[in-house]
Parts: sequence; structure tokens; C-alpha cells
Amino acid sequence: MISQIFSLAFLAQTIRITVPYSLASLGGVYSERGGVVNIALEGIILNGAFCATVGTYYTGSALFGVACGIAGGLLTALIHAVISIHIKADQIISGIAINLFAVGITKFVLEILFQSSSNSPRIAGLPHIHLGFIENQPDVANLLGNPLVLATIFIVIASHFIIFKTRFGLRLRSVGENPEAADTVGIGVTLYRYYGVLISGALAGLAGAWLAFDQHSFTDGMSAGRGYIALAAMIVGKWNPLGAAAACLLFGFAESLQIQLQGGGLPTQFIQMIPYVATIIALAGFIGKAVAPGADGIPYEKEK
Amino acid sequence: MTEKRHWLEHPATQNFLIPIFAVVLSFAVGAIFILIVGQDPFQVYSVLFSQTLGNSYGVGQLLFKTTPLIFTGLSVALCFKAGLFNIGAEGQLQIGAFMTALVGMYTVGVPAFIEIPLLVLAGMVGGGIWGFIPGYLKAKTGAHEVINTIMLNFVAAALVSFFVTNVFNVPATVHTPSIAPTGRIPRFDAVFSGFQGSPVNFSIVIALLAALFVWYYIDRTRYGYELRVVGLNSKAAEYGGISVSKNIIVSMVIGGAIAGLVGTNYVMGYKYYFEEGFSTGTGFMGIAVALLGNNNPFGVILAALLFGMLEYGGLVINTMVPKELVSILQAIVIIFVISSNKIFRKILVNFLKKRTLSIND
Repeated sequence: MISQIFSLAFLAQTIRITVPYSLASLGGVYSERGGVVNIALEGIILNGAFCATVGTYYTGSALFGVACGIAGGLLTALIHAVISIHIKADQIISGIAINLFAVGITKFVLEILFQSSSNSPRIAGLPHIHLGFIENQPDVANLLGNPLVLATIFIVIASHFIIFKTRFGLRLRSVGENPEAADTVGIGVTLYRYYGVLISGALAGLAGAWLAFDQHSFTDGMSAGRGYIALAAMIVGKWNPLGAAAACLLFGFAESLQIQLQGGGLPTQFIQMIPYVATIIALAGFIGKAVAPGADGIPYEKEK
Repeated sequence: MTEKRHWLEHPATQNFLIPIFAVVLSFAVGAIFILIVGQDPFQVYSVLFSQTLGNSYGVGQLLFKTTPLIFTGLSVALCFKAGLFNIGAEGQLQIGAFMTALVGMYTVGVPAFIEIPLLVLAGMVGGGIWGFIPGYLKAKTGAHEVINTIMLNFVAAALVSFFVTNVFNVPATVHTPSIAPTGRIPRFDAVFSGFQGSPVNFSIVIALLAALFVWYYIDRTRYGYELRVVGLNSKAAEYGGISVSKNIIVSMVIGGAIAGLVGTNYVMGYKYYFEEGFSTGTGFMGIAVALLGNNNPFGVILAALLFGMLEYGGLVINTMVPKELVSILQAIVIIFVISSNKIFRKILVNFLKKRTLSIND
């Protein structure tokens, strides 16, 4: 029984679920480390998935589709960045409005392009790299050889170094923690906040592209709350790339377990609650306090 | 000589003008989307208005969509006055409506004059509990209510989903059995024949009473005064002997209770049972309604009417343009409201400065 559950297929399932969570969650880390709350992740994922689908459909190139997904995410994040950083309007409301906008615009364009408000035609998946092992389980081999899986692992580790070991990361953190001090020593608060939000857009857009390729099509509302789970993982992971990725893996594991246990054991709804309840507990400080960056969500007003 | 303020400088004028400015601007942007589809914006908008406002059936549908938006809009607005951002109206209304249905299905035979208040109360208790949790956590641990309310929305959805698929459902459905017949709120068409067929019902009266209550509570009572002081400056409130944590909890509970009243429209006035997925983002839309209504109870009613019109309006224009046009319009209205608060005031200041300069020349 146990070996049936924890099989290679189970591992593959967990990875499939974890990849988009991790990418979006890392996006959240970059944005919030720079001081901009990004509830728009949900909408960015959705637009990313949509652009990836359309790009792939019209060119037949999955690589171009990935680029479109990232571009779609970047553009959506740019709206959030302009509203939050330049106009200095409320970041939370901006995020909610963008999520609403993404749901509307994707269905609107879907209807214009494909005469359906629910789904796109089928698109090809991503080509995979031949790893040369576990060939007897092609599904698992293909997944582990998926360039986006490898890219995600790389991005997680690289993000840890970028945020904590590079000058860029130090500056990004400083504008999120104490923008006045950062400004005093000549760090461009506006510029670094744009970097943070745009990186989050690219990563969440990539998460969307993953969803589109994984499903071989776009369906309306396919982000299905993943942006919020990513946000939850970011908090449970205490705004650290490795922590966020670990939380995503935990959530992915729980969800995978739920799929595996269909019908038996705990009702699915209780497994679905895990990320959210974990976040509430983490925020309340029961498992070590999760503290947001000092100036998270506060627009920076330069002293005159 | 006393400095006389230009009428455009008065906050009241601005609070009134900015939402109108935002709505007009978003309809203009919406026109671009309509042109892209190859339709005539004037024609689409005229259909939108005439089919929703031009006949009693349309008005009935519009009011039916407006009722829950008044509740969620008030919920967000009240919490906002206390400096709290209630993104959890969606979860609060789920729990509230579910409680209404639950109590309703087990209280058959109770006379209407007890049953109706009982079910209304059940909804308020359910929503209130769901508002209490983030309020308590904020007051006691400082955990941000925005994240907690978002998370609790999902927990609420999962929780009611569990109950209506496994425990309290009519077999093979995702809805509860019907509530006691005495708990039903009559529809308009039972009294006014013009509304024939539209689901609008007298729960809208409860919504209007709730708006009146929020106005009175905030503007006319000591509790409301304390709540506003906490919202404006929590440190000053603490020095002044006002308990910040008590006010945080109380306003989240009241806000949750008002959101919990959404069930009066759907469960008591329309379907007579609770169904999974009955609310399509009404809680989130409440944020837009509160924002556009400038967190004023009467503004909330007007904003809810506009958003209710758009929600039903999407269906009437669907043959010309995809109905998602209205979601786009709603999103753009929100973006313009939050942006124009800053931009509009800046433009205004510059405009007035230039004018005074030229007059002085």
C-alpha cells in the first residue's frame, strides 16, 4: 500500500503540482522583498497561461509560447507596478482589480480568437530532454526531463543567492525593508521596486506557461487559486526563496496525496485546506513568527 | 482677506466627482474593446442601459444582483472605517448563507414571524464568526487581516463544500434540502405583477436597513466614533483610552455579520436552499462597491446598483460582444478609482495653481 502510494508516479505528480506553485511563490518573494505586495500573482499566472497558449497555437513553437507566457506575465505585472509604484495607489486593491481583469480579458479574447469562452484548441507540449534512466516509465522520465522542471530547480537555488548574496539582492531587500535609508545612500527605490515586481511577473507568467503546456490547452480560470497558494507558501516560507519552495513542495505533496487517496482517508476538502490553515498558523506565530519586509505594501514618498 | 477655497477643492466635491470620473473613463476604455470586436459602442451601451433599466423585468434582475453587493459593500466599508481591509466577505457570506440554510432545514413548523428573524440571525452569526477569527488574530497577534481573510475564504469554501457534498445535501446534488416554507422571503412579483419572473425579493429591504444601520452606527454612535478614531490613528486612539484591539474585533464581527446576510437574498428569497458555488465573487466585488461608494453607506447603495446593472447587463449584450466585457469594465473602474484619487487631485492642484497665477498677473 505504502509503496503503491509513494511510487515514481506519485513523485512525478508532486513535482507537476509544485513547479507552478514554486515559480509564482518565488515571484512573490522578489516583489515583496522589494516592498510591493503582489496579490496580482493569480491574474499574472492566468494571463501567462493564456499568452503561452496563444503564442504556441499560432507559431507551433513551444519555445515561443514560453516567451509569450513570460511576456504576458511581465505586461500584467507592469500594470501592477505602475499603479503601485508610480501612482502609489493601494497595492492590495490593485492586485484584486488585476485578477478580475485577467479573468475578464482572457475569456474575452478567447471568445474572439477561438469562439469559445471556456477553452482553447489543443497545443503541443514542451519537448523534453532524454535523461537516459527510468525509461520503463516514460511519463516520469519525460517529466523529469522537462526543461521547465530543471529551470525551476535552478531558479529556486539561484534566487537564494541572488537575494541574499548579491549586491542586487541587498539593494532589493533594502528598498523593501527601509526605503528612506536606501534612498539616502543613493539606491533607486523606484527602480528596484520595478525590478522586484517585473521579476515576479516573469516568474508567475512562466508558472502560467507551465500550466498551459501541462494541460495542452487554456481553460478559463485555469489559475484556479494557485496565485493565492503561492502567496501562502511565500508567507509560510518567511519570504525566503528556499523556504517558499519548501512550502510549495509541502503543499504539492499534500495535494498529490489527496489525488492518490481519492475516496479513502481524509475528505479531499480537508487536504485542500492545508495551505491556507498553515498560513494562518504561520502568521499567528505558532511556528516561529513570519514577519513581512518592513515597508511591504507601503508606497515610498520621497521627503521634499 | 480670507482665502476662499475653490469649489473643486472641497473634499466632498472630489469624493463625488472621482467615482463618476472613473466610471465614465472606464466606459470609454470599454468602448475600445467593443470597437475591437467590430461593434458600435453606442449601440452596445444603449442596449445595456435599455435592457436593464428600461423595463421592470430588467430592473428586477438588476435589483436581485444589487442586493448581495450592498451587503458585501457595506461589510468592506465598515471595516475600512476601522482601518481594516476585509477581503474575507466572500468566506463570511459562504458561512453565513450556509448557516441560514442549515437552521432553516431543521426548523420546520416555526411561524414566519419567528422563523424569518431566526434565519437572518443565523446568517449573521455565521458571518460574524468568520469575521471574528481574523479580527481576533489581528488584535492578539498582529497577523495581517488581508492575508488571513484571503486564506479564510478558501477555508470557508472547502468547509461548506465538504458539508454540502457529504453531510447535509440532497443525495446526488451539491445543495441542501429546502428551508422551512415559513422562512421564505416573498418575491417582488408576489406583490407587484410587473416584476413577473425576476428573482428580486424583499431581502433588498434588509439590505437597505443594513445601510441605514451602518450609517447610524458609524456617524451617530459613540462606538462608531471610537471605530473611526482607531481607523484614522490607532496610536492616538490608544492614548485617548480607546481599546484598539476591542474595536478591531468588533468591527470585523459586525462586518462579517453583514456579509453573512447575503444568504437572505439567495437562500431565503430565491432558491430556498444553499448550493455550492452560488456566489460568484460577490465578496470580492464588495471591495469595488465600497471603493466606488467611497465607504459611505449611501454611496455603497449607488455603487451596488451600478455593479448590479453591469452584472445583469453582461447577459443582455452577450449576443453583440462577449459578456466578459463587464468584468473588464468592473476591473477598470476599480483601477481608475484608486489611481484617480491620486492623479485627479494632483491635476486639480496644478490646474488651480495655474489659474490663480494667471488671475494675479
